[in-house]
Amino acid sequence: MANKIALGQIDCAVAGGVDTTSDAPLALNEDLRDVLLELNRTKSNTGRLRTLARLRPQQLVPEIPRNAEPRTGLSMGEHAAIMARDWGIGRQEQDELAVTSHHRLAAAYDTGWMDDLVTPFLGLERDQNLRPDSTVEKLAKLKPVFGGPDGTMTAGNSTPLSDGASAVLLASEDWAREHDIPIQAYITEAQTAAVDHVHKREGLLMAPAYAMPTMLARAGARLEDFDFYEIHEAFAAQVLCTLKAWEDPVFCSERLGLDQPLGSIDRDKLNVHGGSLGAGHPFGATGGRIVASLAKALHESGSGRGLISICAAGGLGVTAIMEAA
Amino acid sequence: MVRVPLIASFTTETTPGGTAMTDRYQQLVNTPIGKLVTKQIGLPQPVRLERYRPGQPVISGPVLFGGAGGSDGARLAPAVTKILAGVGAEVLTPMDEDVRAAAAKAKLDAGVFNPDAAPADQRFKALVFDASGIDSSEELVRAWEFFHPSIRRVMPSGRVIILGTPPEDAGTPEAAIAQRALEGLERAIGKELKRGATSQLIYVRPKAENQLESTLRFFLSPRSAFVSGQVVRIGAGAAPHGRIDWQSPLNGKVALVTGAARGIGAAIAEVLARDGAHVVGLDVPPMADELADVVGRFGGSSLTVDITDEGAPAGIAGHLLGEHEGVDVVVHNAGITRDKTMGRMSEDQWRKVIAINLTAPQRITDELLSREGIRRNGRIVGVSSISGIAGNAGQTNYSTSKAGVIGFVQTRAAELAKQGITINAVAPGFIETKMTAAMPIALREAGRRMNSVSQGGLPIDVAETIAWMAAPASAGVNGNIVRVCGQSLLGA
Repeated sequence: MANKIALGQIDCAVAGGVDTTSDAPLALNEDLRDVLLELNRTKSNTGRLRTLARLRPQQLVPEIPRNAEPRTGLSMGEHAAIMARDWGIGRQEQDELAVTSHHRLAAAYDTGWMDDLVTPFLGLERDQNLRPDSTVEKLAKLKPVFGGPDGTMTAGNSTPLSDGASAVLLASEDWAREHDIPIQAYITEAQTAAVDHVHKREGLLMAPAYAMPTMLARAGARLEDFDFYEIHEAFAAQVLCTLKAWEDPVFCSERLGLDQPLGSIDRDKLNVHGGSLGAGHPFGATGGRIVASLAKALHESGSGRGLISICAAGGLGVTAIMEAA
Repeated sequence: MVRVPLIASFTTETTPGGTAMTDRYQQLVNTPIGKLVTKQIGLPQPVRLERYRPGQPVISGPVLFGGAGGSDGARLAPAVTKILAGVGAEVLTPMDEDVRAAAAKAKLDAGVFNPDAAPADQRFKALVFDASGIDSSEELVRAWEFFHPSIRRVMPSGRVIILGTPPEDAGTPEAAIAQRALEGLERAIGKELKRGATSQLIYVRPKAENQLESTLRFFLSPRSAFVSGQVVRIGAGAAPHGRIDWQSPLNGKVALVTGAARGIGAAIAEVLARDGAHVVGLDVPPMADELADVVGRFGGSSLTVDITDEGAPAGIAGHLLGEHEGVDVVVHNAGITRDKTMGRMSEDQWRKVIAINLTAPQRITDELLSREGIRRNGRIVGVSSISGIAGNAGQTNYSTSKAGVIGFVQTRAAELAKQGITINAVAPGFIETKMTAAMPIALREAGRRMNSVSQGGLPIDVAETIAWMAAPASAGVNGNIVRVCGQSLLGA
């Protein structure tokens, strides 16, 4: 959308998304689907009867909705657990990141920072997922849910699938002025990338790590040049893998083709108003939430640049740069 | 003319080609029921050691490489990562800046090992630790940090390799002491390791980092199956030039092997030929037929001469210069035993053993050198014995001669280095041979089990070690005595 505006093809757009997992559509059981399709193809009545005879009670159990990767059959969490294992990400650093996310989001709500960003719905005024009193000690007690019995990923340091919707208004400068709408921030760069998590065994959620150097080179910026960083927290482990990858000479040389590591990010500038671990992760709505939060933060500070890094299913990733108006 | 059976080490006869004499206990232990019973009553658990087969990769499992950091950084990390990348090993490293930077530079796509988060089933075929940066006794704790979480992850026939700086080359007294301390660590680890895994310490002199490759490859690979608890020094040498053919490193080289008709000598000849050398097998005239059989197997040539004859050195040198325009590798393997306690030993028994085991190698070497018969980048390898290190009752003559071989190596190393020639020796321990098979059972079992891998070695283990020393890429390996004894308790 931003590109279309920049090209002059359109002058304004509403970009947004919605996701629900509490009200997800249920798919038919694969076996039942087979039978029904076969039934549809069968011409003779006897043939149809024979096909119907293949119906079994257990075929009534629907496909359980889950965010499995079609190419590997592994859930996103299992993929993240492989990444955590490959990068040697520890349990404690994940729990610490998760607690920080909850605390920062809670603080953002408490100080009223979130007030003009959130629209209450059905009486819900804050993210249901948010646990302001979360501590590393409490999270340490949780059992691993991904990566087997000695895995490091728990319900506490992974985001749950949740419901949500978000939207942002994008426009050309002229259009904004004409309609007397204040400009909060500019989108100045964006880059997508994809990884081969099937054959090359790259981490499913590592695509933003690849998009970033391409975008930074185009923008003539270094990783440490930004005032705010928004890295989507699908899993604490995935954030930590991404940070480590950019600091690692081997990854940066072997995978990114760089002469030296991309750099480090000051954690005090990372997801300063909380992230997906605190807010939850409605797939369709997360991008809008992050763009809106960063725009507000840039607008408040009056100057500076912000960096966005978001991983997605299917080995996809997107990065963007936003600048204060 | 003196008629002597030629043999090597304190074993007298060995089967050709490195085939094992039967170790029935080892066979028993490796049956399900035998394993259960021997484990329950706490008997040794010898496993079948992995041995090299031509064409197989240097190492068959993941390698964990870490560095100690310190003021010197990870001095050897660039060399090690380059070698590991070259052998195509799967490598993991801790998230250590120096090591990761070295890996990146070496184009080594190394994974990450975090001891705090590593899955319980993560295993390593080798642990390689660059301890060269340890410059004080306090800093030795870096070794604990590396090995504590990794040592129990070593796979069967795995490898632990510690790399250091020779104490004599360390920058400060504190550093020298810490580097010397590594010997104790390495030997203790060798004794703790189970299931055929081995441990070595490689001291690399400053500026000799480019000489490490042949040695690191040897100790990582199954070629070093029966070598453990050793300390090797790598010094400067002729820089490796051109592409090294690691499959056939001795292509185009000529090797002389004395005592080649049987046993360990035959195994040495076969392995050098396998590595590409034209082997001139030498033995006494009565062994001519057996010698012809051995060299016939790989298309070598034979030379029958009694090396104690007055004119033998001149004859050997003349043959090598005349037929081959010189020689690249000389392996002084011929040796005999004439066992008697000192009080019962005849003068003849004393003289014969010293003449063949110690005097002849010196005379042949001198003659070859004086006629410039050993070509540039040449190799001389002696065969000592743990009897020469530990001493053995009933073998005063033999132990003396084999300790003399160590002296021969140490005395000549510096002078030969100036001519681009190296001299080293192996010191075999209990090697499975026809003679050891005929030993009284109690003595045989004690000999076999009293080492870190609870079994005897094979002639091929000695031969592989010699092949490493003889390789053109081993120019930095000079003046070393390397035991092939499975870290025997004798003389250690």
